[in-house]
Amino acid sequence: MVGAQDIVFWVLAVVSIAAALGVVVVKDLFRSALLLAVVFIAVAGFFVLLSAEFLAVVQVLIYVGAISVLFIFAIMLTRNVREGNLPNRLQIPAISVSALLLVGMIVAAVNTDWRPIPEAAVEMVDAAQTQAVSGGAGSGSESGSTGIAELLIGQFVLPFEAVSLLLLAALIGGLALARSRGT
Amino acid sequence: MNCQLASDSVLYANGLYRVVYNVAGSFLPCWLAYLIAGLVIIFILVNAVLLGAAVITWGERRVLGRFQNRVGPNRWGPFGMFQPIADLLKLLTKEDLRPQGSDRIVFALVPILMVAPLILLTAVIPFAKNAALASLNVGVLYILAVSSVSSVAIFMAGWSSNNRYAMFGAARAVAVLISYEVPVVLSLLGVVMVAASMSLGSIVEAQALPFILVMPMAFLVFLAGMSAELNRSPFDVAEAESEIIAGYHTEYSGVRFALIQAAEFGGVGVVAAIAAVLFLGGWSGPWSEYLGWLWFLLKTGVVVFLFIWFRATYPRLRIDQIMAFSWKFLLPLSMINLAAVTLEVFFLRGDDGSLTTADLGIMAAINIVVTVVSVIVFGNLIRDRVTLRTRQPQQVAVPGVPTIEVS
Repeated sequence: MVGAQDIVFWVLAVVSIAAALGVVVVKDLFRSALLLAVVFIAVAGFFVLLSAEFLAVVQVLIYVGAISVLFIFAIMLTRNVREGNLPNRLQIPAISVSALLLVGMIVAAVNTDWRPIPEAAVEMVDAAQTQAVSGGAGSGSESGSTGIAELLIGQFVLPFEAVSLLLLAALIGGLALARSRGT
Repeated sequence: MNCQLASDSVLYANGLYRVVYNVAGSFLPCWLAYLIAGLVIIFILVNAVLLGAAVITWGERRVLGRFQNRVGPNRWGPFGMFQPIADLLKLLTKEDLRPQGSDRIVFALVPILMVAPLILLTAVIPFAKNAALASLNVGVLYILAVSSVSSVAIFMAGWSSNNRYAMFGAARAVAVLISYEVPVVLSLLGVVMVAASMSLGSIVEAQALPFILVMPMAFLVFLAGMSAELNRSPFDVAEAESEIIAGYHTEYSGVRFALIQAAEFGGVGVVAAIAAVLFLGGWSGPWSEYLGWLWFLLKTGVVVFLFIWFRATYPRLRIDQIMAFSWKFLLPLSMINLAAVTLEVFFLRGDDGSLTTADLGIMAAINIVVTVVSVIVFGNLIRDRVTLRTRQPQQVAVPGVPTIEVS
């Protein structure tokens, strides 16, 4: 018996793969940016299926609301954008690099132990979910978000801060590049 | 076929869904009942948004008329109430124009993409206790995420129209959206922190004292930021008719234009409802068990009226003034609010991390003072800079002729 979840999964899978192909194949750069946004939304759908609503919402907020808009701004500022996605002579290197990437990702996906979060966090998430289903909207028990917060500010605080430092450096670098050209 | 919704289902908490599913399931196969119940919910949502938009169009035109000392639409129906129907009929009979050289698919998608986020947002708003169509426990983030999709839709409108003015309007609208996102998110962070939850239902229940009193500054920032994100006057440079015709919807006509307008006015209603839930206590009030929906609608109406009042009062700002207002005024205010709320929560909360009503009262007393002081201080700071730049007289020096002052 095929459950509703399976149907949703296959719809999402077909949509995301078709849209991802479209990003590469479509000639109009603007349309491929829009198709990329569709891919992001489909990935958010996968997160919902995995009952990681927090991640799904953040995915839409960051990737659709911010990154897609950034891409579209970049496309707007591109010269000769109406000519579209022109082919060049790097097709064979591109194919080999992407094939290597694909193999690497498949190997990583197959070999990963898919429970890398500590048992305590798993229990926390489970408790939050049972509480949410039983109707008691307890304060602080957000599906997964409390667990993520505990991990980010606790165990993984150093990588978290390092990432924010990296983003800050990128921001300042971008600003410096933009300024030096103007003056 | 006897199909009843299991009590451990995620959808069980939604009373309307449960009733429709159980009734349909008594004589239909399960999957059909599932489908019908979902479609009934969607039907109600779409109609709520579109009817709300119609009521707000009428209300805005009437109230704006009174503000401008004229009557407003008053011909059809009591107080001209059927005016939106007449407007819609007129728009439906108009020709559906598409500009030459436009990207047809993207052009046609835009009106749908503008209305869809509103319907998705309406689904999570709690109209009364346990009366949200879908109660999410990441409600606040969901609101931010779904409303951020509209910037892509605006870009699509501007790009696909193949029209310079539409592109200008889209670029302006998205620039405003991105700038005002920051203070709005920071102001909502304070709400989440005090309520210790991101679920809209829990936020309403946490408001023993409405959050408009506990953190008035967050409410001000939210209101100003949202009227900018909705492209409403005084922030409506994106569709400034004296400069760029109508901005990103210049090329739209007929039913597509009707949908875009519905999205604009419906957006006012949805944002007002969100403000009522987050800051005005949502359904809470006397006899909230039975009259919760009435309190909620009343509070939403008050916020809608505030938006119309802003529009009637302030002249349109320049784009640089809008940017300065966001980055130099709203952003510092939201930061101060966040810092104050963080400190207060840290020192006032009990051992289990909860805040009592007395704690909220203390926070309100401190925050009202902080709000008044910082609004005055930052208002003076930003005013000096703006006046310096705009009122500086230009000296036109011509030899042999006395200097002329051009203001």
